[in-house]
Amino acid sequence: MSWLSSLILLPLLGVLVLPFLPASLIRWWANGILLAGLALAAPLWQHFDRAATGYQFVERLPWIPSLGAQYLLGLDGISLLLVLLTALLGPLASLASWNAIEDRTKEFYAMLLLLQAGMLGLFLAQDLLLFFVFFEVVLVPMYFLIGIWGAERRLYAAIKFFLYTLAGSVVLLLGIIGLYWLGTQQLPRPTFELAELLKLKLSLDAQRWLFWAFFAGFAIKVPMVPFHTWLPDAHTEAPTAGSVLLAGVLLKMGTYGLIRFSLPLFPEAAREAAPFLAVLSILAILYGALISLVQTDWKRLVAYSSVSHMGFCTLGIAALNANGLAGSVLQQINHGISTSLLFLLVGFAYERRHTRKIADYGGLAVVMPRFAFVFAVAVFSSAGLPLLNGFIGEFLILQGAFTANRAWAAFAVLGVVLGAAYLLWLYQRTMLGELRHEANRGLADLSVREWATVLPLLGLALAIGVYPKPYFAVLERPVLELVGRLAR
Amino acid sequence: MSHFYTDVDHFALLPAIILALFGCAIFLFDSLLEARSRRWQLCLILPGLAITGWQLWKQGQVGTFTAFHGALTIDPFSLFFNWLFLLTAVLVALISYRYLEIEKEHQGEYYGLVLMAQAGAYFLSTGTELITLFIGLETMSLSFYVLVGFLREKRRSNEAALKYLLLGAFSSGILAYGFSILYGIAGTTYLSDIAVAVAARPAFDPLTVIAILTISTGVLFKISAAPFHMWAPDTYEGAPTAVTAFLAVGSKIASLALLLRLFLGPLASAREAWEPLMVLAAVASLTVGNLAAVTQTSAKRLLAYSSIAHAGYLLLGLIAGNATGLQGIAIYTGAYVFMTIGAFLVLIAVHGDDIDDLNGFARRHPAYAIPMVVFLLSLAGLPPTAGFLGKYYIFLALIESGRYALALVGAVYVAVSLFYYFRLVRSMFLLPATLTVPPLPTSLGLRLALGATGLITLGAGIYPEPFLQLAARSLLK
Repeated sequence: MSWLSSLILLPLLGVLVLPFLPASLIRWWANGILLAGLALAAPLWQHFDRAATGYQFVERLPWIPSLGAQYLLGLDGISLLLVLLTALLGPLASLASWNAIEDRTKEFYAMLLLLQAGMLGLFLAQDLLLFFVFFEVVLVPMYFLIGIWGAERRLYAAIKFFLYTLAGSVVLLLGIIGLYWLGTQQLPRPTFELAELLKLKLSLDAQRWLFWAFFAGFAIKVPMVPFHTWLPDAHTEAPTAGSVLLAGVLLKMGTYGLIRFSLPLFPEAAREAAPFLAVLSILAILYGALISLVQTDWKRLVAYSSVSHMGFCTLGIAALNANGLAGSVLQQINHGISTSLLFLLVGFAYERRHTRKIADYGGLAVVMPRFAFVFAVAVFSSAGLPLLNGFIGEFLILQGAFTANRAWAAFAVLGVVLGAAYLLWLYQRTMLGELRHEANRGLADLSVREWATVLPLLGLALAIGVYPKPYFAVLERPVLELVGRLAR
Repeated sequence: MSHFYTDVDHFALLPAIILALFGCAIFLFDSLLEARSRRWQLCLILPGLAITGWQLWKQGQVGTFTAFHGALTIDPFSLFFNWLFLLTAVLVALISYRYLEIEKEHQGEYYGLVLMAQAGAYFLSTGTELITLFIGLETMSLSFYVLVGFLREKRRSNEAALKYLLLGAFSSGILAYGFSILYGIAGTTYLSDIAVAVAARPAFDPLTVIAILTISTGVLFKISAAPFHMWAPDTYEGAPTAVTAFLAVGSKIASLALLLRLFLGPLASAREAWEPLMVLAAVASLTVGNLAAVTQTSAKRLLAYSSIAHAGYLLLGLIAGNATGLQGIAIYTGAYVFMTIGAFLVLIAVHGDDIDDLNGFARRHPAYAIPMVVFLLSLAGLPPTAGFLGKYYIFLALIESGRYALALVGAVYVAVSLFYYFRLVRSMFLLPATLTVPPLPTSLGLRLALGATGLITLGAGIYPEPFLQLAARSLLK
């Protein structure tokens, strides 16, 4: 059964039909396709065998036999969670754009659908070359999303995003080629299949070179400090849908790449590099949080908070133990949920007031109590309040970091405190107090469509926070396998 | 048939004869045609090319053989390049006629010269004897000198032609000088005998080094590699856009065939001596091409500088020197033909040379703008396009042969190149239209060529296997 392929093909099919649709149907069609994609992906959760090792639902077709590249799709617990997150955020991002995008809607939804196909393909690919193709393919629609429908500085932000990521990924490509070449010498036939490449015996020297080549590609994508400077521009200038998918999914490609490829393929080099990674992560956590504190732009604050939160995800990876890794994957999902919520809400506010300045708001709770409630949940979830999703992930990461090195945990905890500070202060400045601007008086509260966009995320935030066990059940096997490889 | 002109000789020569005959026929019939009905020349050039293709196909059935005592060699190498020349000529004919009508220079000679240039190129890929090669090169170059100056009323076109003629003649002279030294070394003009004579000497033998220096100068000029690239931007910009496409593709890959014949044939044993030169030329081409392209305001000049950079990538394949490198060159040239002609034909459709002329183009003509994105992605070397595979093989070849630093240089310039290629995308998609542009001079030929180049550029990227098989068979002897 070609379940996984149909996940990728469905949005592509949607794009092919799009040019022939009348303008009035485009929104319905694109949203319908993305929702159908979610409906198609959701049953994976039930059918996924939690006790099995290795990849499930595997599909294998020859793709470029003369190179040994295959069209190889498969799922394990880590990719399952990210695929489901992507399948959920796609339709939500699209739904949030219903009224926001009025110009060139056909192209807009075509780009969203292309992006969806690329993102899903990336998390499903188990062949390194196929992975790389998807890694690059997502850049193009995102470039257009930022460049056409973005805010004032969209042109600059779009090309900056593209160039930064590309600069990293060409080095990643060299790493992939190098690994492939070593593979041709040791393996019976040349291949890009991850499972085969894992059998290679690499010298420490080779591991180091390849690890850093892969690192260049993934670290820029995450982004880790000091490669983060593209992020605030891209996130701030992108339209809401673009910000949601950038923060929710695209950033995870970096951390996913580190967990999926860098750690298992080059375990010794990874052990060597872990302290360095941890230092960069802590820098990201603290620096991102401090910069967030001084932001006057609502959306930019959320963007910088991503730097800080992704720092937690990479810190969990740097810990190299089960808690850290499982926490990192879960935190990636959590960040996808809470930051998407924040971006969606910023977007809703922007649609009403057409300003992103924090100073232009204040006391919104008076006129938009429901909005303020949802925003509170989003803020608490992002700040890691117990009983909400963020807490579980951060707690596990800190636990993992503590086991690896107490100093790391000590510094990272500081980040949690700062995180609460800038988020609550943001809440206070925008929602609480008296209504300072007359323009804010008549603002309408959340509409039915807006409720529909935020409710699934609210529900998930609560569900993960209260009962995270099912997610760990899915993650247990792949994480233990990875830890086993790292310990060897 | 006599002893001096056997059936085999005839068979090897036939494609060039057909091309020349049809070229002459076009010159003759042109006087019979009204200015309006010059399109009918397509009824001569396309069948001429089709018959040439039929002959090439027949040659392919036979396998490797030589003619004229070894002056011509029909092998997979020559066939591969001849097929590329043929496809180039077909595409150029298709994109030219409407363009020439609009420029009010629709003369039949144009098509005749295209065929003559191709006949010259035929000897560059097929010839294995110095005089044959040189005459082939001059036949091709002369046709191009005229084609570049084809817009007689335009100063830029005339300037471009003169510049190209003067510098081109100079470089041909230096090349001829190098050939004469090779003759001096070996006492023969046949490449196979020269190879033996060169191999008998040390790599850094002074005569060999002088021959290498002069021959490199000549061929690097022709493929527009730095530091002999100065003519390219001006010539590309001044020439009629359809000719620019032909020059960027046809002339470059024909000269590349010459370069490969010489450096992998008679000069192969002196690799130690020429490799540093080629490394210099490749890195210089990548640097000059990519960095200068960033600052251009003319789309044609931008593509001219980018074609200098592409020459650099092709040289990297030669430097790697292994089977993968050769395969990489084959794939790269194959992809280069389609993506470059595609990009230029969109410029023809835009009917403007400046990047600003592209502003808002996507709103008005998405059917041209979207394929243009594919061509530009392919030129930059991003998946899933044909250009990615070319770069992939070149990088793989460099890593296989342990030249990591060169691979890194090549890879970093991919990111640089994306910046300027996407300046065109930015204009087309992100910026509003600035000027009222004349209607699109579209035509059936242009649309056909657009469809073909677009499908191949994207198709070869998504499902590359057949193309890789083809390339593997061609250059690996």
